[in-house]
Amino acid sequence: MKLTELIEKLNLDVRSAKANLDREVTGGYASDLLSDVLAHSKEGNIWVTLQVHHNIVAVASMKDLVGIILVSGREPEQETIDKAEKENLVIMVTEMPTFELVGRLYNLGVTGM
Amino acid sequence: MMRKVRADLHLHTCLSPCADAQMQATAIVREAKKAGLDMIGISDHNSAENVAAVVKAGAREGLPVIAGMEITSEEEVHILGLFNTEQDLMNMQDVIYQNLPEGDYGQAYGPQTVIDEWDNVVGANSRLLLGATALTVEEVVDAIHERSGVAIASHIDRERFGLIGQLGFIPEGLKLDALEVSSLSSFEQEFDYPIVTFSDAHYLDDIGKSCTCFIIEDASVDEIRKALRNEMGRRVVVN
Repeated sequence: MKLTELIEKLNLDVRSAKANLDREVTGGYASDLLSDVLAHSKEGNIWVTLQVHHNIVAVASMKDLVGIILVSGREPEQETIDKAEKENLVIMVTEMPTFELVGRLYNLGVTGM
Repeated sequence: MMRKVRADLHLHTCLSPCADAQMQATAIVREAKKAGLDMIGISDHNSAENVAAVVKAGAREGLPVIAGMEITSEEEVHILGLFNTEQDLMNMQDVIYQNLPEGDYGQAYGPQTVIDEWDNVVGANSRLLLGATALTVEEVVDAIHERSGVAIASHIDRERFGLIGQLGFIPEGLKLDALEVSSLSSFEQEFDYPIVTFSDAHYLDDIGKSCTCFIIEDASVDEIRKALRNEMGRRVVVN
């Protein structure tokens, strides 16, 4: 499924790299521990987290993730947005908490294995 | 005159809920002297309310005590801040308290006992001292430096709460003064920062189990900083 489609169906708000929404999402990963995401997420994943500091951009770029969804209404810090724009990385936000968001992603066919 | 100062600058007291109740001022000083240390540092989690007690207990026995705190960043990374004066440290504590979760958490994670220099219990801290502050690693390091302190990433060789365990890497340009490892033997990676090793003692028996020698003129944070930078003949001898 394309990222644009997910954004529309889940009503996500895009906070960075608005011109880079065409990529294919091939799976998902949910974790708030950056070293865990570095170790276990896969290229093409969408990443669900509550961390908003700029190091999330470094992790997502290193792993070539499709984008990051911040949960529970948490907003990225300005430095995070600046860095994401530079790296052309899509950051999205939602009011949904992790459990709800991941359930809906799964229902849309985004799996974690 | 320059001398070799054996230092364990990462000790917890009974204020840290995860530390043993016996980690009291006079006991810490006694054990430190028994372990052959020339200087210790007190660094409880996100609070410094027992530092004055240990400083006074140390002064009675001629043991210099560095005023410190182990701060938890937003990313749940532990950063050690060591300060020249208790005033600088208390100023840092104000910032930390403003950035910890609000509310009365009682003794949820264990007793957070405030003592005096004779080990008398004088109060209890009911903040969430094991919680994360709302400050990023960079903000913590900057706040320490703004108060003329030394910033050291705690136990980076440990999976839990270490900089690398939490983030997986050291953020580029992070202005740390040093990295702390739990033991040198478990540590093989090379980094562009000075390495120190301290015990992170939560029990009396652990005091001095890991320590670092500084070749410095007197037991102060300014001298420690010079040693970490290899300035004016000061240096670090890790053993």
